[in-house]
Amino acid sequence: MDRRKFLKTTGATLAAGAAASFPMPAIVRAQGGPIKIGLMAPLTGVVAAGGREMVDGFNLYWEQINNTVAGRKVEIIVEDDASNPDTALQKARRLVEQQNVSFLFGNLLANTGLAVANYVKGTGTPYFIPIIAADDLTQRQRIKNVIRVAGYTASQMPRPLADWALKQGYKKVATISQDYTFGHEQCGGFAQTFTEGGGEIVGQFWHPLNTADFSPYLGQLANSGADAVFAMETGADAARLMQQYANFGLKSKMPLLGAMNLTDQSVIRTMGEEVDGVIATAHFAEGSDNPKTKEFVNVHVEKFGKMPSLYGFSMYSGAMWVGEALNKMGGKAEDRDMLIDTVLKTELTDSPLGKTVKLDQYGNPVYDVYVRKVTKAPNGKYWNVPIETYESVSQFWKYDPVEYMKQPPYSRDFQGIKKG
Amino acid sequence: MSDRSLAAAEPATAPRGSGMRLAIIAAGALFFAVLPHLLPTYQISVATEVLIFAVLAMSIDILAGYTGRTPLGHGAIFGVSTYVVVYWTTVMGGSPWAGMLLGVVAATIVGAIFALLAIRTSGVYFLLLTLALGMIVWGVCLRWTSVTGGENGLRGSVRPEWLSDHLTFYYVVLVAVAVITLVMWRFVNSPFGLTLRGIRDSESRMRSLGYNVPMHLFIAFTASGFFAGIAGAIYAMFNDFVSPSTVALAQSVEGLLMAITGGIGTLFGAFIGAAAIIGLENLVSLYTERWQTVLGLMFVVIMIFAPEGIVGRARMLFRRGR
Repeated sequence: MDRRKFLKTTGATLAAGAAASFPMPAIVRAQGGPIKIGLMAPLTGVVAAGGREMVDGFNLYWEQINNTVAGRKVEIIVEDDASNPDTALQKARRLVEQQNVSFLFGNLLANTGLAVANYVKGTGTPYFIPIIAADDLTQRQRIKNVIRVAGYTASQMPRPLADWALKQGYKKVATISQDYTFGHEQCGGFAQTFTEGGGEIVGQFWHPLNTADFSPYLGQLANSGADAVFAMETGADAARLMQQYANFGLKSKMPLLGAMNLTDQSVIRTMGEEVDGVIATAHFAEGSDNPKTKEFVNVHVEKFGKMPSLYGFSMYSGAMWVGEALNKMGGKAEDRDMLIDTVLKTELTDSPLGKTVKLDQYGNPVYDVYVRKVTKAPNGKYWNVPIETYESVSQFWKYDPVEYMKQPPYSRDFQGIKKG
Repeated sequence: MSDRSLAAAEPATAPRGSGMRLAIIAAGALFFAVLPHLLPTYQISVATEVLIFAVLAMSIDILAGYTGRTPLGHGAIFGVSTYVVVYWTTVMGGSPWAGMLLGVVAATIVGAIFALLAIRTSGVYFLLLTLALGMIVWGVCLRWTSVTGGENGLRGSVRPEWLSDHLTFYYVVLVAVAVITLVMWRFVNSPFGLTLRGIRDSESRMRSLGYNVPMHLFIAFTASGFFAGIAGAIYAMFNDFVSPSTVALAQSVEGLLMAITGGIGTLFGAFIGAAAIIGLENLVSLYTERWQTVLGLMFVVIMIFAPEGIVGRARMLFRRGR
């Protein structure tokens, strides 16, 4: 093919492509057609592995109910947000304006979720966020049509852990965390509860995302005089931190406590002895002996060949939550106000947690939170087993919501640490 | 020798092809004017995005195509403007129009600072220096959490109520972009612009002719920053949201790729480049999550078979055909 011919064919292809990318308006479907759900997940980019598990977990629920709810078919349109807020925004626009979905689901990174939330604030489209944990979405900057079904706020889970640490007799704790809002919020939740209970935070270390070598931080942790260390890490950072923490011999000196991401199944499923005994708090524990949980874990292992991570569990349960609400309201997914109200009132009874969960008045679930310990499962892999339970933990812990929201959001500079 | 005489020395293709060129420009303008009536709502916002990024690509083309300095920091200049607009309207509660003005001013200042640091270099050193400067802006936006909101960015509603309709907003942007394009076209075809081309072709000759080369480069860079700032300010109104990904290297690269795809040194090629890249992004991602791979392959193909870009290639074929 010579250049000119190539150019001609390429030109023709491009023109055809351009024409096809601007199809004529879709005929607006009458009610009674399928319920269209827009699902966004990071299928490329830094957190693509988690994104894949999100989609799997989400689809698993709808498959189990034959993609039918209240007599209507369910059609799921998956879009890749590329771990980038601008792309997420673009995809949300496409799902709402072109595909006419009844509601949106998903996203993983807080910045993608916040971007989409800002968009649906204008359109009124219901948006369900089982993974996005940014505190303010169900607190200071709450948007009514953004609901955290089966999700949690970042600072919600570390509070019971702080309380538990105090009960173990730990007086001094150092924190190490990825330096971004999700980390600031989780450490803030821990630090505030821990210091208000009489503990002391002897050092806080923030490192950039994707830190390959933790040795500078580990040296400082070793010299900090802490009784225990609280770590907030996700993905590869979590794996590397636990690996190096064990290699440095710190594990036997200072017990490692973590945010739930640290010991999430997505991290520890490929790891060995170095994760043994790490403590983290979460609403879900794949090693629980609750029959519902066991059943879910078995189904997941059978279908995907691995135990469910938080991503899979949350999306599955979030889908169930909305599915049950849709059942209650006769499948009228297009009625946005009714959908939002019904979801807010629906109590999740049948989820893998095996317990009833309901939403607080700000659209965030109240959970029984497990203190989990990483132990070896019968199949030789590691999993999280509950050792203690804190009942009915809300995103506001023991504070009055209105009073609590008067304090600034957690950041590097504000960790809610009680002075002296 | 005055600047005028240099203008006269420009090859005679201009008068011969000018009728044709005007016709093509008019057709392009007409195309963008009727486009929204052919498109459903969502694609109108895609078309709006194409217009905005075309301005960014044109601002890059001023440097890359007309001055012979390829910058990799324009995403940062663009994004600074976006940040200022969103900050001004959301955190300070100011009016969006004043915010846009401030945004453009801020971008121009950032452009001028970049210019001061970068104009002494050329070639790959210029590329790397602008890249580094852009990374600094990105780093600041990421770490200065109290102002920029860290990686979560800033959210707000910049767009005033009367512009909330996609169609109205599209036409307002179209008019603005048309005016900016005209100004840029005048800029690159002015005696000053011709001097820039002279610098691109032979810096030492222009210097020995008595031109103040660093001054010309400084002004060209600052003007380019000014135009990138306008694009960024409009983008703030379009997106109502800004995060470090707006100032990231990827943004600079995307802008440059648009300019290259359309054709370096063609100015209007930016529209084709922006449409090709944003259009493909939207089209390919419908079918596969590997859309970035497809885009990457497209760039490879373009670089091999049409390194002068789509418009540049078309122009060559057109000339050869006559």
